[in-house]
Amino acid sequence: MAETAATQPSRSRDLDKLLLRPGNLVGPRFEPSAQLRDDVQNHARVLVVGAGGLGCELLKDLALSGFHNLDVIDMDRIEVTNLNRQFLFRVEDVGKPKAEVAAKRVMERISGVNIVPHFCRIEDKDIDFYNDFMIIALGLDSVEARSYINNVACSFLEYDSDDNPLEETIKPMVDGGTEGFKGHARVILPGVTPCFECTIWLFPPQVKFPLCTLAETPRTAAHCIEYAHLIKWNEAHGGTAFDPDNPQHMKWVYDEAAKRAELFGIPGVTYSFTQGVVKNIIPAIASTNAIISAACTLETLKIATECSKTMSNYLTYNGSEGLHTKVAEFERDKDCLVCGPGVLIEVDTSVTLQKFMNLLEEHPKLQLTKASITHRGKNLYMQAPPVLEEMTRSNLSLPLFELMGKLSKDVIHVNGMTNKNNQKVSCLRKLRVTFKGVDGVTDMDTAGGA
Amino acid sequence: MAEPKVKYDRQLRIWGEQGQAALEKSSICLLNCGPTGSETLKNLVLGGIGSITVVDGSKVEVGDLGNNFLVDESSVGQSKAKCVSSFLQELNDSVKAKFVEEYPEALIETNPSFFSQFTLVIATQLVESSMIKLDRICREANVILIFARSYGLTGFVRISLKEHTVIESKPEHFLDDLRLNNPWLELKSFADSIDLTVQDPVAHKHIPYVVILVKMADEWAKSHGGKLPSTREQKKEFKDLLKARMVSQDEDNYKEAIEASFKVFAPRGISLDLQRILNDSSSEVDSNSSDFWVLVAALKEFIANEGGGEAPLEGSIPDMTSSTEQYINLQNIYLAKAEADFLVMEQLVRSILKKIGRDSNSIPKATIRSFCKNARKLRVCRYRSIEDEFNSPNLPELQKYLTDEDSSGGATFVGRGAMAPPKPLNFHIAVGIYILLRAVDRFAANYNSFPGQFDSATDEDIPRLKSAAISLLSDLGCNGTALAEDLINEMCRFGAAELHAVAALVGGIASQEVIKLITRQFVPMSGTYIFNGIDHKSQLLSL
Repeated sequence: MAETAATQPSRSRDLDKLLLRPGNLVGPRFEPSAQLRDDVQNHARVLVVGAGGLGCELLKDLALSGFHNLDVIDMDRIEVTNLNRQFLFRVEDVGKPKAEVAAKRVMERISGVNIVPHFCRIEDKDIDFYNDFMIIALGLDSVEARSYINNVACSFLEYDSDDNPLEETIKPMVDGGTEGFKGHARVILPGVTPCFECTIWLFPPQVKFPLCTLAETPRTAAHCIEYAHLIKWNEAHGGTAFDPDNPQHMKWVYDEAAKRAELFGIPGVTYSFTQGVVKNIIPAIASTNAIISAACTLETLKIATECSKTMSNYLTYNGSEGLHTKVAEFERDKDCLVCGPGVLIEVDTSVTLQKFMNLLEEHPKLQLTKASITHRGKNLYMQAPPVLEEMTRSNLSLPLFELMGKLSKDVIHVNGMTNKNNQKVSCLRKLRVTFKGVDGVTDMDTAGGA
Repeated sequence: MAEPKVKYDRQLRIWGEQGQAALEKSSICLLNCGPTGSETLKNLVLGGIGSITVVDGSKVEVGDLGNNFLVDESSVGQSKAKCVSSFLQELNDSVKAKFVEEYPEALIETNPSFFSQFTLVIATQLVESSMIKLDRICREANVILIFARSYGLTGFVRISLKEHTVIESKPEHFLDDLRLNNPWLELKSFADSIDLTVQDPVAHKHIPYVVILVKMADEWAKSHGGKLPSTREQKKEFKDLLKARMVSQDEDNYKEAIEASFKVFAPRGISLDLQRILNDSSSEVDSNSSDFWVLVAALKEFIANEGGGEAPLEGSIPDMTSSTEQYINLQNIYLAKAEADFLVMEQLVRSILKKIGRDSNSIPKATIRSFCKNARKLRVCRYRSIEDEFNSPNLPELQKYLTDEDSSGGATFVGRGAMAPPKPLNFHIAVGIYILLRAVDRFAANYNSFPGQFDSATDEDIPRLKSAAISLLSDLGCNGTALAEDLINEMCRFGAAELHAVAALVGGIASQEVIKLITRQFVPMSGTYIFNGIDHKSQLLSL
């Protein structure tokens, strides 16, 4: 390796040692060279989802790990309570969109980095938007949001005829999460490692108090608060939705909870505690976010360059009692509805799109209602917006076989609603449709009947 | 300026006002403000640490722009310490930020008393010899010391101080203090006043399980010579007796009683961990003893006398199915006993203080109260001096790590919950990193640069590093053990690079430990944390 010219000191002095030098404990396709470093810098695009505690750290870490083309998406505005850890924001920024301020601050301090902010919800973007990125890094705080991105990334995945994932369709994700002194970082390679859905059982269901406890036998401060929040509010304000960010609404709940607590002789209702219960506030500090984001960034760098071995595949961290880190290797659920080859559905060539949609509703694994269906990017039927619905309505009475170009089998994507834990949630599913009685050759002569 | 309380809301929910006050009163010194030190300090400044002093003699270079967020274009050529400290000041204007443009090694050599002014010193990127010297200085001056280092994809964090005692250890999972196996008079009377055979079905299913278990345990003891269920058959029989009392399937209180019956079977008295603390020689107190040990001495007396083998009652009870009235009454009974125990403890503390020649009011009531509530969860952390560890590490432990005989951790999950047998090589890389991080310092002492620091020399450096490692192992008494060749090569490849992501991670861990040490809440780590960024199988080594 030639020595760097003394007249031109390298900005990436430290990173160069990792990317320009051959190594032993590296990925199988590691090609150390200035080209590799430059490719990462100029061509690798990474999306950071979330510009909060994890997102701010991720943007900094990625920018200082050689990634100069980043996008960041976040629908929130900056609040005062963010300032103890979201270091890209100052007091003067309160009220401004997180994504925009974060992008601006990082670009100001690190020259050569380009960050495109998106101040919107993740659902507002076209699915194709997500396909533009080499890797997606998640700094989210909800199961639903993770599920959504996971669905999207896994929808790009295609399989070959032997049910092996096609490498160029794998969209890697690196996901981090924190709570107080605890956190996790994981690598998701759809089709290879478990996706978010494969390991959904890792997330315990949220604690809900039984209604009779709230209404008849409250014992704790939390019971009094949830009574005021979930029951009394509607009784007193029927019609107006409770807004946790409205201080007057919060004060009302606090006052009611305090009254109830006094009535029953229950201690512990404070304004702060009320906020915590109603908003489900998760305590958060800078250090845990820093640790988890850094771990995610390292893995992102390794996926992009193969400069070292990767984490396989789920890291948990707990710093409250001593220090515990552990890497567990979870395995995929081969039948996963999201990252698997897709639920197999066999139909007659005569089945209409409408009939097909009815089948989806009745299918035991899917139970999909309000379906919008696409095939190879083409809209077969869209529930919304009204203009598209009108345009695609006529397809409902046409045979699916014809709408799918008379292929004997192919993958379609369906967006719809399904049941989860007795709640209706939106989902995106991959389906493998095969038509009975049609051989592998798409032959004009074998067109199906009406 | 933002109202301080609101800004810190999310962290106040973790360590409370007292913890925050402790942070705001402390002064921290950082040695070397490359990314490792800068990231550590950034997290602490965001959290509201009182004051910081950044010590670094170097100037900002172009290469620093690629790994340190706290320096920017305009600071190239200027003092790195100055640059970092002014960014940190901007990050939180309630922190007092200073800098000293000096190389830490120079201060350690020529001005050791510099360090006595600080609560805690964060020493980053120091080599072996400096670590040993600084450790001696800080131990003398009673200053908390924490080391952090990033080296390529590896690193470590190590706390060093003689002793750190924790009252509010706040363990995540700790058994509640219900005394179902040893109820006191008032609890027994309350249980006696309640009739389990009450006819009204609503009342029947709202009797709290604590009452059910106290009564059933008492009944059992009466017919078993005063003893509680101890064999497997007896425990099953006890649970069956509970089941037999259910009049319908939806009696949650009885279900809770059955689930909680293990609390009746549990042995009385205190845990082995607490016993060890009570038996520690420091519990023989004198005028030099810390407040913690005075409290422990009082606890020892309490347990031996008024406590009847038990620590002061913690006082809180978990939520359980119950009528509001019975729950509140029960709650008050526990609170009353906890208060009574506290009053006894208070007297014991005061008399011990007098005995050792201290003002009997010098330990505040609030501290004694907190001590009583947390008596079963006390922790004492002790750290070997760096010199001792480096010169005579715990050999059996070192050999265990080197041969990887005890491979706990790193199991493979197959499907849902089933586990494959544990894989080996979980300690091997971590201990290799530990040895090599010391070997590179020896190498640097010999050759005036780190292995692989310059592109041209990488190939020659590999065998040199290898022999430095072998001679170190031999000095430590581990002749003949080999380190993975791949790892030696990687260390040369790293060439002492300070990668931002690794620095941020190591710095994050170090900052978290600092918070635990200063707030005196939660339990700081023990031993040396070796960060393994190669496959993330990091480990804690107790040497």
